[in-house]
Amino acid sequence: MTKSILTTINTKSVPEETHSCWSCGAMRAAHFCESCGKVQPPVPVDYFTFFGLLPKLNVDVPTLEKDFYILSRRLHPDLNARAGSQEQEWSLEQSSLLNDAYRTLRDPIKRTQYLLKLEGVELEEQSKTATEHARATGEVKKQIVPPDLLEEVFELNMQLEELRMNKKMGEDEPELIEEIGKHKVTLEAKHEALLEELRTHWKEWDALVAGSANGSTVSPEERARITGKMVDVLNRRNYIRNLVRDVNAALES
Amino acid sequence: MNSDRIVGIDLGTTNSLVAFMQGETPVVIPGDDGSNLLPSVVALDQNNQAVIGSAARRHLIETPERAVYSIKRLMGRGVEDVQEEVKLFPFRLAEDLQRGEVLRIKLGDKTFTPPEISALILRQLKRNAERYFGEAVTKAVITVPAYFNDAQRQATKDAGRIAGLDVLRLVNEPTAASLAYGLDKKQNGIVAVYDLGGGTFDISILKLHDGIFEVIATNGDTHLGGDDIDNLLITIALDDIRGDLSLDLRRNAEAVQAIRKAMIEAKILLSSQPSIKLDIELPGGKPYQREITREQFEQLIQPIIDRTVGPCKQALKDANLRPEQIDEVVLVGGSTRIPKVRALVKDLFRREPHTDLNPDEVVALGAAVQANILGGGSEATQNMLLLDVTPLSLGIEVAGGVTDKIILRNSTIPASATQFYTTQVDGQANVAIHVLQGERELAQDCRSLARFDLKGIPPMAAGIPRVEVKFLIDANGILNVSAREQRSGKQAEIQVQPSYGLTDEQVEGMILDSFDNAEEDFRRRQVVEARNEAETILKALDKGKKSAAWNQLTNNEKKQIAKMEKALFAVKAEDDYAAIRKAIEALNHGTMRLAELMMDTAVSTALKGKNMDETDLGEGPTAPHPMAKAEFE
Repeated sequence: MTKSILTTINTKSVPEETHSCWSCGAMRAAHFCESCGKVQPPVPVDYFTFFGLLPKLNVDVPTLEKDFYILSRRLHPDLNARAGSQEQEWSLEQSSLLNDAYRTLRDPIKRTQYLLKLEGVELEEQSKTATEHARATGEVKKQIVPPDLLEEVFELNMQLEELRMNKKMGEDEPELIEEIGKHKVTLEAKHEALLEELRTHWKEWDALVAGSANGSTVSPEERARITGKMVDVLNRRNYIRNLVRDVNAALES
Repeated sequence: MNSDRIVGIDLGTTNSLVAFMQGETPVVIPGDDGSNLLPSVVALDQNNQAVIGSAARRHLIETPERAVYSIKRLMGRGVEDVQEEVKLFPFRLAEDLQRGEVLRIKLGDKTFTPPEISALILRQLKRNAERYFGEAVTKAVITVPAYFNDAQRQATKDAGRIAGLDVLRLVNEPTAASLAYGLDKKQNGIVAVYDLGGGTFDISILKLHDGIFEVIATNGDTHLGGDDIDNLLITIALDDIRGDLSLDLRRNAEAVQAIRKAMIEAKILLSSQPSIKLDIELPGGKPYQREITREQFEQLIQPIIDRTVGPCKQALKDANLRPEQIDEVVLVGGSTRIPKVRALVKDLFRREPHTDLNPDEVVALGAAVQANILGGGSEATQNMLLLDVTPLSLGIEVAGGVTDKIILRNSTIPASATQFYTTQVDGQANVAIHVLQGERELAQDCRSLARFDLKGIPPMAAGIPRVEVKFLIDANGILNVSAREQRSGKQAEIQVQPSYGLTDEQVEGMILDSFDNAEEDFRRRQVVEARNEAETILKALDKGKKSAAWNQLTNNEKKQIAKMEKALFAVKAEDDYAAIRKAIEALNHGTMRLAELMMDTAVSTALKGKNMDETDLGEGPTAPHPMAKAEFE
């Protein structure tokens, strides 16, 4: 079993630091010692590196899940409950890092956002400062309406308003609900299309990461060009997601 | 002693249990009344001695002002949260409670915090286990409702410490139940656990994968259970009595408890009978009679059980699953015996729920399994690992009284989040952080967990310090916070003011059998037991000396016995139980012939056919010995 664990993690071409196990002295200990199984002190690394991955955006989620289970069986505090207090502390830290990393990487949107954060890009729509500013001043936060949706959104907002008014008056309007339902279908399709678009940018990014790992130099401008496109897609996607949420809330209430 | 012995405890609203892994099977340890369930009732007798369990139930009827039940409802809560509970339950709060202070409940003229009352229940379970094993028990896994918040979990952990238990892990009740189920099923798939107990409701959805029990989503209501059904029935009866008999019994605690007892019995019977007849004798001798059909009962409780639907739907939504995708549904908690509840679950998940394990015991059995895993595992639990989640989002208050969520609900635990703080004024040394738990947008609508003051930030211009604060939810679902100033590398000091909890010092002061003294206490009890036994054998010997058999002994034998008697007498006053026991053994052995002669001479019908050795069943400290048996003559 020990073998397979590190094959999944070590065969990936990541320049990996080798340490000697604090307990038995064997080399190549990562999160735990391959030789004696002891949990190792956590090293501050990004989530990709934690799983032995290059910072690529196409992630094979079933393999990630497998690695998550394998590492859980080594790092979880329940399985280190009889270890010394220092080891227990490492186990707690390592397994929280594992859980945080898995939660982030398995989700396509969170994964992209995390990569953008590593690249030092902050998403305008989601940035905390923007949100806090909007809340403190009471201003409506700047929303980026995708131009091809302007008309659709305008019409939908009118209908949503009408629906809310009617509900207040206790009136039922199946036609209006049907209209809104149609918009919802359009929006959901648009949402799907945006995810598809995001995946094309992933491909570009991954090619760049692969090239960089093989020694080619990548200009910061090139990186920024691709991340910029991803930010753009994410912002539009967030807008549509919020709209779908509003529609669902209006229909359910 | 076996220092690795870890017991699993289900500290329930209505009943509590203690279990352990016997070989490859989890079993419940019965109390001295032979029952697996210890009613979670605590009373103070006239000598202010704590009485726990069935014995305390009697006090509930006779001296209700000296007894308390369903204390779990008050764990980790402040006076402002319990206004509703106090209306429905006979909790007598101390009069001088301050806002934000830990609750204190009056029993007679004494007051106790909820963790102290829970600790009395835990200590009873601990003693039951100690009697069973014949050795001290100091380590436990305790279950909590999955939907318990940080304060409620911390209060449970405090209760364990007060009871002299090292609480190795808090496990969520539905997750524990799934462990007990998974033990013999060993299959992969999606399982929903619907847990409706005495006072709490949980729904958990798990993914079982080669021994890994991964919770995907959990939801619930920590104030919903069989208690609510009881209270509804009591209210109806009291209204009836007021209407029909013009008798207002609402303030008559004894009458209310008598009605409560009858209503609980009625509720239980209605799960198996189409109707029941109530006949309660009221103060003044008048009877309250009424027939309740199951149909009426089901109509009455519908609004209560319907409250479980919302959490179930939310959990499915959070898990991103449709009801058809659930492979198995498991029922846990006494209230799931109600046919209407079963029908509701079947309707919700579109499949027949599993009921093969006793819903009252399955949580304790699962706790024993988890205890076994923590203790290093065995063949049965090999490969089993629980990955649980935090039921509620963790946030911090930001400008404008808004909650900024930093760890979302249903995140696998342990989970962490890091936030950076800076100063707003030159030379500012302190930063205040308000930690919240809950799903609401505004801080005021979330549960306040604690206020942290970061102190000792080195003097710098405003905005320059960079304090890294790490929030870590551990495997118990309890928050830990650490902070570091990055520019100076100094560990910033954190002062915690838990919003509704006991401080470490308070807990220390409450400890019943201090942790370090557990061994000592157990040893002391053994000494007392050995002494009692010595008394018994010495008394029996006195009797023997007066019997005809005594004269049949040789002088030498008599001399030997006298010597051993003297030795036991001397050692009995000392604190060495092993020495006392050794002296007892010696005397026992030395008087064997005397006992035999007594048997021969005064052949009592009661003793006839009984082998002396049979009495020595090796039950440990309280095992009877041959001399004592001769007393039966």
